[in-house]
Amino acid sequence: MNDRIAQGDKAGKDKLARQKRARRQLKGRQVDPKALEEVKALLGGVPRRADLLIEHLHRIQDRYGHLSAAHLAALAREMNLALAEVYEVATFYHHFDVVKEGESPPPALTVRVCDSLSCELAGADELLEKLPKILGKDVRVLHAPCVGRCESAPCAVVGQNPVLNATLSTVKDAVERKQVKCAETKYLDFAAYKKGGGYKLIADCLAGKRTREEMTKIMEDSALRGLGGAGFPTGRKWKIVAAEPSPRLMAVNIDEGEPGTFKDRYYLERDPHRFLEGMLVAAWCSGVGEIYIYLRDEYAGCRSILEKELLKLKREAPCALPPIHLRRGAGAYICGEESAMIESIEGKRGMPRLRPPYVAQVGLFGRPTLEHNMETVYWVREIVEKGGAWFASQGRNGRKGLRSFSVSGRVKKPGVHLAPAGITIKELVKEHCGGMLDGHELYGYLPGGASGGILPASMGDIPLDFDTLQPYGCFIGSAAIVVLSNSDKASGAARNLMKFFKEESCGQCTPCRVGTSKALALMNAGPWNQPLLKELSQAMMDASICGLGQAAPNPALSVMKFFPHEVG
Amino acid sequence: MDRLNTQQLAMLPIEFKLNGKTVVGRPDEPIIETARQNGISIPHLCYSRTLRPDGNCRACMVEIKGERVLAPSCCRFPSQGMEVTTDSPRALASQKMVLELLMSDMPETQYTLNNKVDVWAKKLNVGKPRFEARKQPKPDISHPGIAVNLDACIQCTRCVRACREEQVNDVIGYASRGEHSKIVFDFDDPMGESTCVACGECVQACPTGALMPARQAGLEVVDKKVDSVCPFCGVGCQLTYHVQKSTNVIKFVTGRDGPANHGRLCVKGRYGFDYAHHPQRLTRPLIRKSDVKKEAGFVVDPANWKEAFREASWEEALDFAAAGLKKIRDKDRFALAGFGSAKGSNEEAYLFQKLVRTGFGTNNVDHCTRLCHASSVAALLEGVGSGAVSNQVSDVMNAEVVLIIGANPTVNHPVAATWMKNAAKNGTKLIIADPRRTELSRHAAYTLQFNADTDVAMLNAIIHTIIDEDLVDKKFIADRTSGFDALKENAKNYSPEKMAPICGIPAQTLREVARLFATSKGSMILWGMGISQHVHGTDNARCLIALCLMTGQVGRPGCGLHPLRGQNNVQGASDSGLIPMMFPDYQRVDNPEANERFEKLWGTTLEKKPGLTVVEVIRAADAGQVRGMYVMGENPAMSDPDVEHARAAMAKLEHLVVQDIFLTETCYLADVVLPATAWPEKDGTVTNTDRMVQLGRKAIEPPGEAKPDLWLIVEIAKRLGLDWSYEKPKQVFDEMRQGMNSIAGITWERLERDSCVVYPCENEGDPGQPVVFTEVFPTATGRAKFVPADLIPADERPDAEYPVVLITGRQLEHWHTGAMTRRAGVLDAIEPEPVASMHPLDIAALGAKPGDIITVESRRGKISLYARTDEGTPRGAVFIPFAFYEAAANMLTNPKLDPFGKIPEFKYCAVRVTRGGEAPGDPGYGKGRALAELAE
Repeated sequence: MNDRIAQGDKAGKDKLARQKRARRQLKGRQVDPKALEEVKALLGGVPRRADLLIEHLHRIQDRYGHLSAAHLAALAREMNLALAEVYEVATFYHHFDVVKEGESPPPALTVRVCDSLSCELAGADELLEKLPKILGKDVRVLHAPCVGRCESAPCAVVGQNPVLNATLSTVKDAVERKQVKCAETKYLDFAAYKKGGGYKLIADCLAGKRTREEMTKIMEDSALRGLGGAGFPTGRKWKIVAAEPSPRLMAVNIDEGEPGTFKDRYYLERDPHRFLEGMLVAAWCSGVGEIYIYLRDEYAGCRSILEKELLKLKREAPCALPPIHLRRGAGAYICGEESAMIESIEGKRGMPRLRPPYVAQVGLFGRPTLEHNMETVYWVREIVEKGGAWFASQGRNGRKGLRSFSVSGRVKKPGVHLAPAGITIKELVKEHCGGMLDGHELYGYLPGGASGGILPASMGDIPLDFDTLQPYGCFIGSAAIVVLSNSDKASGAARNLMKFFKEESCGQCTPCRVGTSKALALMNAGPWNQPLLKELSQAMMDASICGLGQAAPNPALSVMKFFPHEVG
Repeated sequence: MDRLNTQQLAMLPIEFKLNGKTVVGRPDEPIIETARQNGISIPHLCYSRTLRPDGNCRACMVEIKGERVLAPSCCRFPSQGMEVTTDSPRALASQKMVLELLMSDMPETQYTLNNKVDVWAKKLNVGKPRFEARKQPKPDISHPGIAVNLDACIQCTRCVRACREEQVNDVIGYASRGEHSKIVFDFDDPMGESTCVACGECVQACPTGALMPARQAGLEVVDKKVDSVCPFCGVGCQLTYHVQKSTNVIKFVTGRDGPANHGRLCVKGRYGFDYAHHPQRLTRPLIRKSDVKKEAGFVVDPANWKEAFREASWEEALDFAAAGLKKIRDKDRFALAGFGSAKGSNEEAYLFQKLVRTGFGTNNVDHCTRLCHASSVAALLEGVGSGAVSNQVSDVMNAEVVLIIGANPTVNHPVAATWMKNAAKNGTKLIIADPRRTELSRHAAYTLQFNADTDVAMLNAIIHTIIDEDLVDKKFIADRTSGFDALKENAKNYSPEKMAPICGIPAQTLREVARLFATSKGSMILWGMGISQHVHGTDNARCLIALCLMTGQVGRPGCGLHPLRGQNNVQGASDSGLIPMMFPDYQRVDNPEANERFEKLWGTTLEKKPGLTVVEVIRAADAGQVRGMYVMGENPAMSDPDVEHARAAMAKLEHLVVQDIFLTETCYLADVVLPATAWPEKDGTVTNTDRMVQLGRKAIEPPGEAKPDLWLIVEIAKRLGLDWSYEKPKQVFDEMRQGMNSIAGITWERLERDSCVVYPCENEGDPGQPVVFTEVFPTATGRAKFVPADLIPADERPDAEYPVVLITGRQLEHWHTGAMTRRAGVLDAIEPEPVASMHPLDIAALGAKPGDIITVESRRGKISLYARTDEGTPRGAVFIPFAFYEAAANMLTNPKLDPFGKIPEFKYCAVRVTRGGEAPGDPGYGKGRALAELAE
């Protein structure tokens, strides 16, 4: 009864408010003329096309430190978009701070502490707990999904400056000294790369000295497969896209977000032009007319390298270049999924598309699209120079090729280790990683980042490659190896990963959106309700739209299968 | 060649296996549909046949042999030999788990009797969910028409697709991510504070009751469904009334798959029906008390009419009504006039004009078409020989370019606007030309915000460019038109460079638009009252016709001319002869052949002199020449220009009979008021803007002693000595077919079966022609005629004393003079009070703030109302909707007429705007209280 009276009161107040609002204005939020002027000035002469929405949101966020409702409404007007179209995109990505009327904007500086598995193992929790107090209320401390610095765990990103092997004092120091930019690494620049024979291959291709068929054949011979995780044969992909009607587009995926993975950054920070030339060759072989590079926002250092080097490349073009666009992610793991990335490049929420149709047929802007992981094309020049057979012959234990393993966790030398495909974890740790950390014994390992499951030490002799881990419910994916020791719990790792998936689920399909959340609740509650968790896992694997939801249960299933004593 | 073959192959039916049985599907039909046709039901939530399948809920997962994961049957199409299982343990496990996950987050309370999650869970025997529930969001009841309960939301995005892809209102979004993913309005604002236009498409789409009509309408018992057509605008949306028989109340309305709307409705069609249940409905005949004088300012409180009227029996009222008319007729038949209504049915319109022509003996019969498209019709009859549209609205989907000029369809023809927006999303280029920037501009390739009153300058510049750049369709001009040389000669004077400073559009833009229009594969023109309601309205329309003819953009799908009709039956009422110079089907009364035809059909002699038009009748009343009137469902005391003067003229009438459902402002001056029926209370046909004749069906009983209009006309006719025995609309319609070739082929039975037939339909069985003028024009020569136009300025230009331009028009929520819509709860709640839209800088220049009271004064009158900020209103202008009695825009308007169409210049006069003034008074209805009144 009281409720009804309260509701009646509210209805009366609503009515009055509505009446007053209706007197003053048209329906909904009106554009503030001052905000419109600011947005116009900020965008200047750049096009207002809808696919540039995320770029424009970055401009406002960078300039004002947040996205006020007034600026968003002004941007919507300026771009001829609906308010909801702008808002839903702005609220999808972690790196945008939407501030509505009456809310206070975030502090000028944000410290993002990575709490993905490798950083958690290295003590991220303590940073997250204590930093807010130490840094005070003028600094915002947020937890962040993997920032791709797992070899230097834990990592805290101050502004855009990744503080490696972060401690309370080094972070405090960086904050106090206002060290908020990402330092650039030393790398082979355009001139140096060219001097070393760079861009000869693509020039030869364009000059007719090479044929597309020949190049594609080399890729097929090399057995090079997509190194983003799905492992689709590269040569075959080029052929498929080339057979589609033009105009064809290319999208390069450098949204390296799979926890434990940092190989793309590693190569970009050292030899960016090797990647760019490989990209151009791939584009040429598939008859691509325009290229979009999608780089995760966390890689601010790589962004400045690429911006600078792309400019040089365009200015002193060694050959005719297709238009190349560098697009900036905004903090969303899911955008590493190829179709989600395409949506994001189109300026939308990064929600994966249903397949079929495949992106090779209907991709970016509805066009046939060659989608590649950055590292895949990074190998193109070397493979062409040394021959397909050379690359194919590099494997071990019956496997073919080389893999760039991103190794982190309880080993002496974490980092990117180029090793033969098919190497085992035990070999990898011993031959490349300097062994386990002192006092630690191999307990288990993640063979493929967050999604690839968890294997026990007893299964340390399985060749690590595409196809070899499936029988165990695991996969290699992007070759991100996280090594667990006897001081760790597999179930704890699985919880960390499920929390990650829950937070990174795009929210589109029921099994993933609701499933990850319910699964985490089950995993947080004492002994696991294993039958229910398994039942839920099956539906997630069978019915989710994309790999995120389909693979999210892998760690939990691994724990129930290989580490039952932890959750019994 | 290969590709073509592949395409051809792709159209062939496909055999595949479904649960072990071989079935035949189509390559463009999702598996779930083929399954349904084969009696196999697959659970589904996000899938609706009327929306783009999205495949997000994952309730419809099926197993396809050879595939790693399950597939959503709503988004997968069969391929030859595919083996699909819908009920394997694996598929069922997923289907049930999805339902269980969603059920675990469902609230205890239900908002609908038909929650699809529960329906499917029950079917699949999903028990009590085993998962913990999420933290539930709060309800949002900020909107008067729609309740938002996101605790019942399953994030299926049907509402997003309905809002964005069907209606293209773009209010609803899907924001945030993961488990926080949320349906939002604009910036996650309360729905009532958002840009929501309450079309209700989202409510219709929602499968769980998270979006429902407000005040628990979803839980009401509904035991009768009646298919009908919407009574508001000329779009002609088909709908279904959901009626509770025991209370005789329409509980809610849903869209029906009619040819004009395909299930879509707008806020009026969806939430505007409770006016029929309003306590102020007239339920007994009223006779004016003899001591109550009539004068222009006379006001009656519609809730307290006893001060001016007394109740009478039907016998007494009808005798009194007819006797008064008869007395005047017997002295001077030309002293009688009748105003019919474009809100009534074709049958009513036909009978009404027949009554005036045969019972009064004059042609003094007109209706509000005079106030909306009379000039368009004049130009069209002169140019192409027919006043109706050449192509239907939905044809915009086939056009490459669409010019929309002097129209604001998102407000006045909301569902028609959805097709335009759909077309724009599909690549069609919209050119929006209007002095006011409106919502549709967001979808436009070109927005030409030209100076008010400079239509001819702008259009002539476009015509000039097309000739100058030799973009004319020479063959079309030679084969099918006459008079092009005169147009060409005239156009010489109107180069874009010369016209740019006049119309305010850069010459370069005018040239670009001209090229775009002339060279596209199909260019269509739609226009509204921004074209017609000027003293040069006919000239404006002539320019549009010329533009269309010179480029050969007529006679095929995806091009042509479309004057957007205002009232639900303004097309039909005009067709049926509610026009002083024409019999039904536009046969001129002064044409001996036509006269003879109707004398024969009606068995009486007929007057050959055309009658007076609406404004002329009022002038004649003022002059004492017209002394008696019969007004059926019109409200000239609100809708006529310089309305104070019009009211004074009507007050002079010796005898005024008004037939209506409410005590309108015209009734205030009546001698007798006859309570009639609302649209849902009667049967009859109406003709929409697309020439679709559609059947309206009775859903509820009229209140008290209110009678169908048809019965009333017949009773008056009988008392005027006519031997009439019509009882049902069908009898009238059958007679109409004899006098009107255009509908001669339409049978009542076909209307009952199909609900809609397009005319021309001259012979029974004709399919009806959506596109006309394909071979010839219905003129004497079969050719269309160019008529050049020169610049004529508005009758009253702004000056130092009255420096601001007044533009009048409508609001989305309010229909015409507001008699119905201001008594509809939701509509009144959304737009409760009179407002004047002005540019924010102009408001500031007055020293006022948005929401302040301002006074607007012309040489004819003065009103005060609230200033509303609207960047779309041009500087130096004020826009006022004419639905508000307490601040009647027509107190200000100029009654000067277009010489051809006799339409007044509603779209332009000079006013003075000042800050402050008296708060708008109380008309006795509206002002945001209808919801409460209806709840009583």
